[in-house]
Amino acid sequence: MKKLTKKSADLLSPKQQRNWDWRAAANFIAGGAGGSLLLWTALAGFSSGATRMAILLGLMLIGAGLTCVWFEIGRPWRALNVYKHVATSWMTREAMVAAVLFPVGGLALLTAAPWLVVVVGALGAAFLYTQARILAANKGIPTWRHPRSISLMVSTGLAEGIGFLICVASLSSQMIGTWGLVGAIALIAVRAYFWKSYLGGLHADGAPDGALSVLNGFDGRFLMFGHVLPVVAIVATLVGMPAQSGVLFVAGILMVAAGWTMKFTLVLRAAFTQGLALRHLPVRGCGVAGAAAKPGWTMTGT
Amino acid sequence: MTRYVMSIDLRRCVGCQTCTAACKHANATPPGIQWRRVLDLETGEFPNVSRTFLPMACMHCANPPCEEVCPTKATTKRADGLVAIDYDLCIGCANCVMACPYDARSIVHAAHYAYDDAAMPSEAARFDPARVAVSMKCSFCKDRIDEASVTGRIPGIHPEVTPACVNSCISGAMEFGDIEDPESNVSRLLDETQHYRMHEELGTEPGVYYIWDKS
Repeated sequence: MKKLTKKSADLLSPKQQRNWDWRAAANFIAGGAGGSLLLWTALAGFSSGATRMAILLGLMLIGAGLTCVWFEIGRPWRALNVYKHVATSWMTREAMVAAVLFPVGGLALLTAAPWLVVVVGALGAAFLYTQARILAANKGIPTWRHPRSISLMVSTGLAEGIGFLICVASLSSQMIGTWGLVGAIALIAVRAYFWKSYLGGLHADGAPDGALSVLNGFDGRFLMFGHVLPVVAIVATLVGMPAQSGVLFVAGILMVAAGWTMKFTLVLRAAFTQGLALRHLPVRGCGVAGAAAKPGWTMTGT
Repeated sequence: MTRYVMSIDLRRCVGCQTCTAACKHANATPPGIQWRRVLDLETGEFPNVSRTFLPMACMHCANPPCEEVCPTKATTKRADGLVAIDYDLCIGCANCVMACPYDARSIVHAAHYAYDDAAMPSEAARFDPARVAVSMKCSFCKDRIDEASVTGRIPGIHPEVTPACVNSCISGAMEFGDIEDPESNVSRLLDETQHYRMHEELGTEPGVYYIWDKS
């Protein structure tokens, strides 16, 4: 029989959460990228064929993420209960956006009407934002509840979306244009800024040692593969390198893959619980109170 | 208004885990799941070392983050301060588990028994299928609290309407009562002592007070 019990000492320090596995991570990974792709598609001005391809891909990504979550929840046949708490729950709001997004997205897919594409883009952006707020609302996970996680999740979603759009453009022989590529570089820079800002915020405000160790270890690879290399590839295209379509496709894939790896790391590997904290140890007899205790933290933050 | 809270005198707790056992007995939680647990914390360096026992469970926060994130309204804050779960509404999404900074919630996705896959008669008799694959946690023994309003007895005074952990404590470390009543045992005790609540800086306003010294 699988051992379920834990020693008391195991429960003292923050530990990696085990309740949300890869299926929950997949919702943030695919959903954020899909929502953002819908947004950029609305702004891209592609031909109707390429627009349809991008919308289909965006809806499939969001649908895949939500399906993964459906397979994760304990009582999937009660899933419609998720709509009951719009007043405060970002998960309810995410589900409501999705409920509108799919029929409108389906219509846009059929008609490619410009105004419908714009509405779908707005709904995609809303979906991305609700996902960022779901993570940030979880006070039990210090790396999620940090206020800068919202800008990080939104910016990485936007970078992934433009990465996918570049891939769609490469495959459908659409022109992104110089200003579009410059915009992609700007989005990569924005994500790098918010990533460093987020890491700095965690160090300043405090986080479990285990979480900081994971994120610090990921930092260099994320910046290299998700930022430096795609920018080099896009710049090479801008200066007239041959095989532009293939190079841009690789740049897009790198932008997406790096963002997805970051979200996987954030949702699973760096998701340490709060742990416990004692502001004072008890005074026994005529002794004095011991120093405050916060196992698993070296910072003084919350 | 009534708000039921618990006080835990860290000076008195001896780490006997009787409250843990009493909770398991009262609530028939599955193997590996403890709504109440007593942590054993060793601090300092030899020879200046200290050992502290820390009973923990759901804090029944006045501003519960679990209630805020719950998409189904399965988690609710009652008028008397208890944070309750409706197992029939919960979808087991675990958002509340992530939101709780006290690690108080758990989800068991399949029935587990103490020995192999077969339930002992005692386990079978108390097995509740409604609690499988949904979120669960300490309820402050809410069935007992609810009985108080029927019988007129006072939680924290009369054992029949007091949480099992409080009843079982061998050292009198735990008290339970209405903090809005200045004459309650909890209110008087908190007036006489120095205390804090865990992770107060997160704005959860927990309903469990840890006493660490006299006033």
